Amino acid sequence: MNVAYVNPFITSTIFTFETMLKTSPVAGKPYVKQEPFPAYDVSGIIGLSGDAQGCIAISFPKVVALRIVSAMLGVEIKVIAADLADGIGELANIIAGGAKQHLDGFNLSISLPNVVIGRNHTLGAQRGIPTIVIPFECPLGSFSIEVSLKTR
Amino acid sequence: MKVLLVDDSATMRRIQKTQLQNMGVKDILEAGNGEEALNILHDNMPVDKILLDWNMPVMDGMTFLKKVRQIDTYKNVKIIMCTSESEKCRVLDALKAGANNYIIKPFENTALKEKLGL
Repeated sequence: MNVAYVNPFITSTIFTFETMLKTSPVAGKPYVKQEPFPAYDVSGIIGLSGDAQGCIAISFPKVVALRIVSAMLGVEIKVIAADLADGIGELANIIAGGAKQHLDGFNLSISLPNVVIGRNHTLGAQRGIPTIVIPFECPLGSFSIEVSLKTR
Repeated sequence: MKVLLVDDSATMRRIQKTQLQNMGVKDILEAGNGEEALNILHDNMPVDKILLDWNMPVMDGMTFLKKVRQIDTYKNVKIIMCTSESEKCRVLDALKAGANNYIIKPFENTALKEKLGL
């Protein structure tokens, strides 16, 4: 996978957090995922199809996911419920949509979001496609983006 | 002013509803997809403006937009696409299909206010 495909997702994540959550996440050094780590509690996943195929996932520890959706809504969410899944799914959708405009030359479609909730779950890579993990830090906590894309 | 919010994300509808209420809009309707929106529109005219997501289950925003623009009763309803679909070609497709304006998620309150003409 061309690492240049990762930058639009970093840019879109930062812009989305700054606009919706009024906080500026800082991206750490991207690395190739060595399964089965890292492990998460809440992940929003968007499939990408068209000129490139794969997926993007945004993953959080539970406490960070709760803080983020609370910040989106302006109301404190204290438990994992439908609100949390919906909010994380929408966040993943907005980040993927924003990244598309910077992936020049690709005609891409994005899927409706799926959200996985479960303590210490891991996301498996697609066979033959490396997954790049971008760790982020922000005042709401740590989270990461995983990008796995195969071009035709 | 009566505004219909059409988005499959309840979170996004809640964000938009709060923003609209802060702008003084009191009459706000909600739908989770295009099909629901057609039914709500049918039963609640006159609706002045619609904030319309693109990617939704059951009936997506573009299908809804094309259907609404074929119905004379709804010709004066202003439709603002409000979506994460950010490429220029998508914006042009929506405007060609009859959208009056387009706002890309994520957006600031001020941008939403401007696009709604408030």
